[in-house]
Amino acid sequence: MTENILEVRDLVKHYPVTRGVVFKKTIGHVKAVDGVSFDLKAGETLGVVGESGCGKSTLSRVLMNLEKPTAGSVAFKGQDISKLSGGALRRLRRQIQLVMQDPYTSLNPRMTVGDLVGEPFEIHSEVAPKGSRRDKVKELLDLVGLNPEHINRYPHQFSGGQRQRIGIARALALRPEVIICDEPVSALDVSIQAQVMNLLEKLQREFGLSYVFIAHDLSVVRHLSDRVAVMYLGKIVEIGTEDEIYERPTHPYTQALLSAVPVPDPTLRENKTIIRLSGDVPSPISPPSGCRFRTRCWKAQDICAEQPPLLEIRQGSDHPSACHFAEKREIVATHEV
Amino acid sequence: MSDILVSEQSAPGADGSGRPSGRLLEVDDLRVEFRTRDGVAKVINGVTYHVDAGETLAVLGESGSGKSVTAQTIMGILDMPPGFVTGGQVRFHGKDMLKMSAEERRRIRGEGIAMIFQDSLSALNPVFTVGFQIAEQFRIRRGMSRADAKKRAIEMLDQVKIPNAKGRFNNFPHQFSGGMRQRAMIAMSLALDPEVLIADEPTTALDVTVQAQIMDLLGELQRERRMGMILITHDLGVVADVADRIAVMYAGRIVEEADVYDLYAKPAHPYTLGLLDSIPRLDEKGQQLRTIKGLPPNLMNIPPGCPFNPRCAMAQPVCREKLPPLLQIGAGRASACHFAEELVNRD
Repeated sequence: MTENILEVRDLVKHYPVTRGVVFKKTIGHVKAVDGVSFDLKAGETLGVVGESGCGKSTLSRVLMNLEKPTAGSVAFKGQDISKLSGGALRRLRRQIQLVMQDPYTSLNPRMTVGDLVGEPFEIHSEVAPKGSRRDKVKELLDLVGLNPEHINRYPHQFSGGQRQRIGIARALALRPEVIICDEPVSALDVSIQAQVMNLLEKLQREFGLSYVFIAHDLSVVRHLSDRVAVMYLGKIVEIGTEDEIYERPTHPYTQALLSAVPVPDPTLRENKTIIRLSGDVPSPISPPSGCRFRTRCWKAQDICAEQPPLLEIRQGSDHPSACHFAEKREIVATHEV
Repeated sequence: MSDILVSEQSAPGADGSGRPSGRLLEVDDLRVEFRTRDGVAKVINGVTYHVDAGETLAVLGESGSGKSVTAQTIMGILDMPPGFVTGGQVRFHGKDMLKMSAEERRRIRGEGIAMIFQDSLSALNPVFTVGFQIAEQFRIRRGMSRADAKKRAIEMLDQVKIPNAKGRFNNFPHQFSGGMRQRAMIAMSLALDPEVLIADEPTTALDVTVQAQIMDLLGELQRERRMGMILITHDLGVVADVADRIAVMYAGRIVEEADVYDLYAKPAHPYTLGLLDSIPRLDEKGQQLRTIKGLPPNLMNIPPGCPFNPRCAMAQPVCREKLPPLLQIGAGRASACHFAEELVNRD
């Protein structure tokens, strides 16, 4: 059993919805993240999947301590990060870094690559003393597969994939232990996406990094993750190893999600059953009572409206699932020949 | 230049001789360039494809491959300048649309060929209601009264399965969710019953469960109306689900054209092969992904010979010198690679 590097417990993040300008009145809350718990072990990749609006990006912001949680805790090696401030917080920030989705807007267009990647050293000067910074930056560029000679170029001189590499180099600069990847490859073309995914894997092996890998693309998540958490409307509905989630999903939402992913193989066209979900994701301001998925679920009973199902291991299953009627179902297009 | 002419005649769409071929929509050796301050970008360099009634042609390619510009040229909505059509034809029922007057083209738009776009929020006019934008077509093109047009528009909204179509008629685009907006846009594009529908990345901005709904809907409507559909996408998964034929584009050219089953089973161009190898699959826990090294070429400076040669694992000296024409290599299959035969016949 390896140690837990991150422990997230009952994490809640609500954003107030206000009306009025001078006399602001809170008329409700967007329940972006509403009671999320999981552990991240050292050296593993936890994939977080879900559709837009399920709270996965808010989760990343709270994990980074860019937002204070409304309730609950995030502990890095046993230390609650939301309670830290000042120097202690700054020291902690070195350990958790973020790779952002959009390589076009996340890099300051007026800074050179050298400045962008070297900026973390300004704040954490203990990592690289002033004289050695340029060499350090060149080393980082080389590490992520960019030409170190390009250190004086500006972001617009690079392609999308290269910019994402700059973002990764910047995240690596302080030698963090945890990197949170928020949709790091979704803005990239297929051929480039594979290059960046391979790079992330290589870096993980080399530095023993732990990743929280947030994405909406289930195939990408499966490829990179050891364990996977499926989110729906601010809650984790199912969590387990990559194998448990993809081969033996028990939550209806996971099953529907997996069945809807197009598989690049035309021969599977006929013998594929897709579970059609009707309607859209409800508003996170007023999520349905009980189970949040019940409004789109084909299994919904009265109990689903009354009792929110707990995320727990149920009979006949080997991993936690938040459904009163969790059961296995053959849905994943298996690779029989 | 001579080898390009060869490619035109031997492309599977033209099938050699007889013209007019009776095809619904044909793009024939189309060439488009963008003249900018920094130089001339050759965006489309001889694209030939066709689509017939009731079939789905998927145009597959990465950003900058020219797949959307081709569609914009077909629709006549290319920004000119900076875009210039420097050669080729776009024939609808055998008539070259590029030679038509603006008025003639306008009549084809909507009734002959319609298009749906990726980003439904920016494709719909935010200051008019969704219902108005659909009904407008019936009033202007069909001369219907306000009341009749409204009735038809509600029918359209109903057909694309928007719940409570009547109540939704007076909603503005921002009041719709992403999936609903895409449905509204489908309703709008199908209002005048077009013969060809161009769908430019119709589901890229949507979540998977919604994507499945929209692709279903499109398939259903296409079968009902026997429309020809050009599906422009970069998603090899979606293509495998719905396409009949596939044209793969790279650097403004078609590099491979094939039936969907053939293409996935035995790609005949190293680029197609590379794409198929580099996608992670849902049904397989992958090892290291195989990648295509390098980047797509700068369209202002396309490498001599085969544009894919700097990234190609199979590249030989000939690839750096001679542009491989798109040659037929089997029934309904064509590849623009000097080594297509070897690629298909390997095991």
